[in-house]
Amino acid sequence: MTINEKQDELIEEFSMFDEWMDKYENIIDYGKSLKGLSDSDKNEDNIVRGCQSNVWLTAKVEDGKLIFDADSDAIITKGIIGLLLEIFSGQTPQDIATTNLYALEKIGLKEHLSPNRANGLVSMVQKIKMTALAYRAKQNQEK
Amino acid sequence: MSTPLNISEIRKEFPILEEKVNGKPLVYFDNAASSQKPLSVINTISNYYLKEHANIHRGVHSLSQKATSRYEEVRDKLAHWIGAESKEIIFTRGTTEAINLFASTYGSDNLKEGDEIIISTLEHHSNMVPWHMWCKKTGAKLRIIPINDKGELELDEYVKLLNDRTKIVSVAHISNTLGTVNDVKFIIDKAHEFGAVVLLDGAQALPHIKVDVKELDVDFYASSAHKMYGPTGIGFLYGKAEILEKMTPYHGGGEMIKSVSLEESTYADLPFKFEAGTPSIADTIAFGAAIDFLAKYGIENIAAHEKMLHDYATEELKKMDGIRLIGTADNKAGVVSFLIGDIHHYDLGVILDQLGIAVRTGHHCTQPLMHRFQISGTVRASFAIYNTKEEVDVFIAGVKRAVKMLS
Ligand SMILES: Cc1ncc(COP(=O)(O)O)c(C=O)c1O
Repeated sequence: MTINEKQDELIEEFSMFDEWMDKYENIIDYGKSLKGLSDSDKNEDNIVRGCQSNVWLTAKVEDGKLIFDADSDAIITKGIIGLLLEIFSGQTPQDIATTNLYALEKIGLKEHLSPNRANGLVSMVQKIKMTALAYRAKQNQEK
Repeated sequence: MSTPLNISEIRKEFPILEEKVNGKPLVYFDNAASSQKPLSVINTISNYYLKEHANIHRGVHSLSQKATSRYEEVRDKLAHWIGAESKEIIFTRGTTEAINLFASTYGSDNLKEGDEIIISTLEHHSNMVPWHMWCKKTGAKLRIIPINDKGELELDEYVKLLNDRTKIVSVAHISNTLGTVNDVKFIIDKAHEFGAVVLLDGAQALPHIKVDVKELDVDFYASSAHKMYGPTGIGFLYGKAEILEKMTPYHGGGEMIKSVSLEESTYADLPFKFEAGTPSIADTIAFGAAIDFLAKYGIENIAAHEKMLHDYATEELKKMDGIRLIGTADNKAGVVSFLIGDIHHYDLGVILDQLGIAVRTGHHCTQPLMHRFQISGTVRASFAIYNTKEEVDVFIAGVKRAVKMLS
């Protein structure tokens, strides 16, 4: 599935919920089912510090695809991380670097990406993009 | 003695309380961050711009004179409110600027290598970072009053920190995170025995208690209007006249000079020496309306109402499994900081927000204090005159619902 197909699928999934509570329960479920990171991976190199909650992010390449793993100390943040990984993990650096993120806004979670929330998610999206750019440059060199 | 207030009538003076947030009636429990504004304050600002605006202290024309006298009347009113003289009130943008003014003028005039400054573990960053900066610049050392597990200053330790090198003691009157009301009279008297100058960070105190700077014999006092039903962008530094006279100015510019030649300037008298440039005139005048508001209902009555809400919320929270109250001082203002089980404060705040309940989550600009309690933050509910017991019920029900969703 492409990044945009993934995004549309998530939007579809969340469109079933009329109530904010159901929506948040679904996010919390995403948070609970995300495997997260081992304590040793939750280190200073991988941290994306927020004022309110912290995010940790690791990246590796498999078969030309970028695989992200991430974790947070707050469960709602972790749930939204789950959505972001669903969208971006397993895609090529080229696609990640060039595709816009619109799903969170459509799902009605835009405020979680506002700098005021200070939950580390804005920086996490930036870090995903920067990582993709770096790997894309590396892949281009190898060609 | 306090007399009960008619809260439902008072609520009508705060139009914002009619707002819905996420489709729910707003429950505003973030008053320690900033309180809402009554119509008298809002109308003062709009009337000023509609009918009264002109720059102050410089025009001979009628509008300018009127604006100047309205502005200066607020200085008089505030001085009277805290027991100071008018020339001892320096208007600033708020507490932060007031502390920075004091640190940069008094600090740079008087601090040298080896001198000591005393603050405490529970300070807001705005009474911490300026001292880090000035210690670095001058070589002075920072000494810290520790706190006990209830969130009270350990005054025995404070006394041990004092010595002939102590030049400045700068502590909060009331803690924004814990609500602890510090024994400032003791702190001031002890500091004076060693010739140190004391600044109190009164950002959280003036909305809740009557302060008399002469009775306290405090040297400097800083606060912000926006936590006491007044506008943002205005606050003040009180300083004893005899110390202020000797201090060098903070900012240079218009309005703070006596005369300027191409090479040098002489400075105006107090308080204008410290007030360079065009100030926030409308906000200052509206600050006067906020003081009138506090005076009208009586600070003791407001405090008694807030204490009732605080005690009720605390009792209800205590009934919950896994509750951990952060800050349980014997003498406490209307702030409740807490955590529940291993639920993250951010998650609790997000769910409460969905329910229309505004609380503050995080470290509340007191990171060293969070380290002291080995937590990354708390959920904080803080009360004001317009809050009700019914709102506490909505809040408690909201917390229970959030806990259910999150565990
Ligand atoms: C204890 C304390 N000190 C200082 C400040 C800073 O006040 P302001 O942001 O109005 O300058 C605050 C505000 O949160 C506070 O609670």
